[in-house]
Amino acid sequence: MSETIKRPKRKNPILKTRAPTLPPDRRSRVALGLVRGAALGNLELQCCAACGAVQYPPREACVRCLSPELEWTVMSGRGELVSETTLHHSQELFFRERMPWRLGLVRLAEGVSLVAHLDARCGPAPSPVRVEAVLDRAGQAALVARPADGDAALADEPKLRVMTSDPRFRKVLVTDAKSPVGQAVVKAVLEAGADLVWAGHCEPWKNPPGWPAIAELPKVTLVPLDVTDTKSVNELAAELGFKVDIVINTAEHHRTFGIFGRAGVETARAEMETNCFGLLRLAQAFGPVMQSRGADGDAGAVAWVNLLSIYALSNFPQHATYSASMAAALSVAQALRSEMRVAGIRVVNIFPGPIDDEWNQLLLPPKLAPSAVARAIVGALKGSVEDVYPGDIAQDWLARFRDNPKALERELGR
Amino acid sequence: MKHSDPAPGTEILAGFTTALATGAIRIIDLTQTLGPDFPSIVMPPEIGQSRAFRMEEISRYDERGGAWYWNNLSFGEHTGTHFDAPIHWVSGRDLPNSSTDTIPVADFIAPAVVIDCSRESAADADFLLTPDLIKAWESVHGKIPPRCWVLMRTDWSKKTDPAAYQNFDEVGQHTPGPDPDAVRFLLNERDVLGFGTETIGTDAGQAAHFLPPYPCHYYMHGAGRYGLQCLTNLDLLPPTGSSLIAPPLKIQQGSGSPLRVLALVPSSQAGASRP
Repeated sequence: MSETIKRPKRKNPILKTRAPTLPPDRRSRVALGLVRGAALGNLELQCCAACGAVQYPPREACVRCLSPELEWTVMSGRGELVSETTLHHSQELFFRERMPWRLGLVRLAEGVSLVAHLDARCGPAPSPVRVEAVLDRAGQAALVARPADGDAALADEPKLRVMTSDPRFRKVLVTDAKSPVGQAVVKAVLEAGADLVWAGHCEPWKNPPGWPAIAELPKVTLVPLDVTDTKSVNELAAELGFKVDIVINTAEHHRTFGIFGRAGVETARAEMETNCFGLLRLAQAFGPVMQSRGADGDAGAVAWVNLLSIYALSNFPQHATYSASMAAALSVAQALRSEMRVAGIRVVNIFPGPIDDEWNQLLLPPKLAPSAVARAIVGALKGSVEDVYPGDIAQDWLARFRDNPKALERELGR
Repeated sequence: MKHSDPAPGTEILAGFTTALATGAIRIIDLTQTLGPDFPSIVMPPEIGQSRAFRMEEISRYDERGGAWYWNNLSFGEHTGTHFDAPIHWVSGRDLPNSSTDTIPVADFIAPAVVIDCSRESAADADFLLTPDLIKAWESVHGKIPPRCWVLMRTDWSKKTDPAAYQNFDEVGQHTPGPDPDAVRFLLNERDVLGFGTETIGTDAGQAAHFLPPYPCHYYMHGAGRYGLQCLTNLDLLPPTGSSLIAPPLKIQQGSGSPLRVLALVPSSQAGASRP
């Protein structure tokens, strides 16, 4: 961890909590093409299918041959900082609050020039840089030029840190800390420098392996939380919702039935109750109070993470009702993302393939270790993405889904 | 014209209501509060699950309904203080009048005896009530009459920590209950109406390993008799002399139901059941 980021001072309680401001977030339809890659951490630019030209900014047609056949293509990001400037004035409230602000002109290896936010650790122009597409607080794609060697964490740059949701110095609620993934997430966010973790747990008579050790960790406070119980969710939100900077919703209910495998709807309802309505309850209870703290100092409310499943994209009929509940949860998460965006709070969705737990016992490897899921979550918070597909299965299914969702539907079937 | 004589029982009922009004008969609530915080039954996670008690607001004098407050409830039939009907168990599946809507209503008001096992249960969470212990109790309090509830007092209801109430370890639940011989004795030798406990089931926590598994469920319901569980305040009942009012909801083909269990106790007898 860098020493450049100091622990923020406690807020002076007689001063008004500032309201969140956002960087300008209006984009044309074609400019929104950038966000597809940025959501995953990829720099994608338009590449002309007819003549091969790469262009920036995004346009309706190729600037060289006027072809409308433009394909969003992943770029290397390698480039040279051609010139730099420091902004001292802006009409945008977001940047006025953060002056001075550095910008650079970069010539990409692919031959296009672009203006990017400039990492303070880049050498003076001319110097090699790496351009990344990140998400700004408005959730829109932004370009940042960073040192070419690639070791400097975005969250360690005092200005560009705002593009991240770094857990360092923040207070994190893990909604189900008892599950294997929940336990791993508690450890991972503490390692990432979180100030404290509220470890949600329900059904106190159940004591799964590993749980007593989690409960003993320093900086961990156990809190009763059952996302299927509105009273429980509301009580916890009333008690400490105004202190939560990051929600990581790890609560999930996973059974492994096709639609003919378990008669009736009770199992499906239980999955829906946790995976979809649980998220909805949490959102209603914690969302508004977090929105009010979107600009609460340097470690205010910043992110909300949902543990979903790759099955949210396309139903895996062997786990049909679980898939359905995750598809519903994804839909709720999209709405939550829209609501939280106005406060600059990022909603991150994690779409793992099969996790190596009891419910996936009968699936062949590769399966994701709970610790790998936790690493993916922390990586997303320290970086600047909103959709994460950790592991080979998730990456493979995502690629197949994007290529041909009907083909994936057939392939996942029996 | 001469008025007909009052029906037989009129005076008795009038005397009863007078006794309630004067406090000569006291009413003791044997019911746990039905809410999400009371422990729910635990089953292996891969099989069907009983829903825990949940309450969702419909409106609370707000935009969802201006002048009124009400809730939607959901829960399994076997939630909180609840009644087990014979049809609950496979052994009672073919009996007539065995579900909550068809059980004769006369069975919902019946005398009760209380066997105090609180000391034994405090010393051993796996304590089992045996025929010998029942006979020892009878030597002090008299023979258990037929068609009578037998309530096993363990003071388990005083465990307000849900983990202590459930009392799981890695081999399962540890809560007191009757052994198979005790259940056979109560049915075959005493013709009891049902068996009631303070724990989450009428059977002991380890009863899955008994022969037969869950003997209280198996034999009681096989004989068309009933169960009451998650009772409280059994320490306020006398060993003999109380009566229970315990009607389940009239659920069509219901296997059980949460219910309010009231005990009627002559006031001179109200108090701890241990002499």
